[in-house]
Amino acid sequence: MSAPIEYITRIRENYARLGYKPYAWVDKRSEPPPWAPLAKPLTRCRLGLVASGGIYVSGQVAFHWRDDTTFREVPTDVPTAQLRATHFAYDLTDARRDPNVVFPIDTLRRLVAEGSVGSLAEVAYTFMGGIYSARRVAEELAPRLTEHLLAARVDAALLVPV
Amino acid sequence: MSSALDITRHVNPPRAAFLDYPLGHTTGKPNEPALQHEILCEALAAFEALREPGSVKLLPYRWSEDDDWKRSALMGGDDRQPRYDTPQYQNEEDRSRAERCEICFT
Repeated sequence: MSAPIEYITRIRENYARLGYKPYAWVDKRSEPPPWAPLAKPLTRCRLGLVASGGIYVSGQVAFHWRDDTTFREVPTDVPTAQLRATHFAYDLTDARRDPNVVFPIDTLRRLVAEGSVGSLAEVAYTFMGGIYSARRVAEELAPRLTEHLLAARVDAALLVPV
Repeated sequence: MSSALDITRHVNPPRAAFLDYPLGHTTGKPNEPALQHEILCEALAAFEALREPGSVKLLPYRWSEDDDWKRSALMGGDDRQPRYDTPQYQNEEDRSRAERCEICFT
């Protein structure tokens, strides 16, 4: 297996070549990560899902592409055929063919049906993760998502970035 | 989940599972539900298995035998779309449904 792509290096070089300003990457390597042990086995957990691939339900207002810090509430019993994907920075072909590649809703429903996961929260949260301002994510988006997940009384949350 | 190991290590989340696939395929390949199921089972097992804060579980899947996709990813200059500040619908029907406010929750 070849080494994983070094995206930060590659993007830094790309930006320099294009004459863009360097991007200020989040770097929390020197801080201990927040930690909460799982309180019960996954088979008894209520799981939350948060995904940044720009998923919305047909009928909802779609995301815009300039630092959109809003999110959508997607019922976890949504028919998969009603899911859409919008994002300016990744190839949407496969996500539009099968949203499960960035929003694993059918997969999670199957895991619940099989008993590997206790249950899903009634609502999943989605946003368009191409937000250049890490500050706005930390101050505007993340706290609101956290509030919603806590109010939904999830035991664990699966984050699916793109 | 992560598709970018270096970015995830910088963000330093409590725990993560890394799948070495091209961006836009964080949880698998399209229309391969058996593979998606296997990947997510392995990833979710990290919730119970990882005890050290900041650990990343490396999932044992390859996108292709030759890993050719890694050579070209993000190497063609800036291939992003312009950052429009109006809603960008997947199709016109979605636009008209949203403008008629058929579900009207956000």
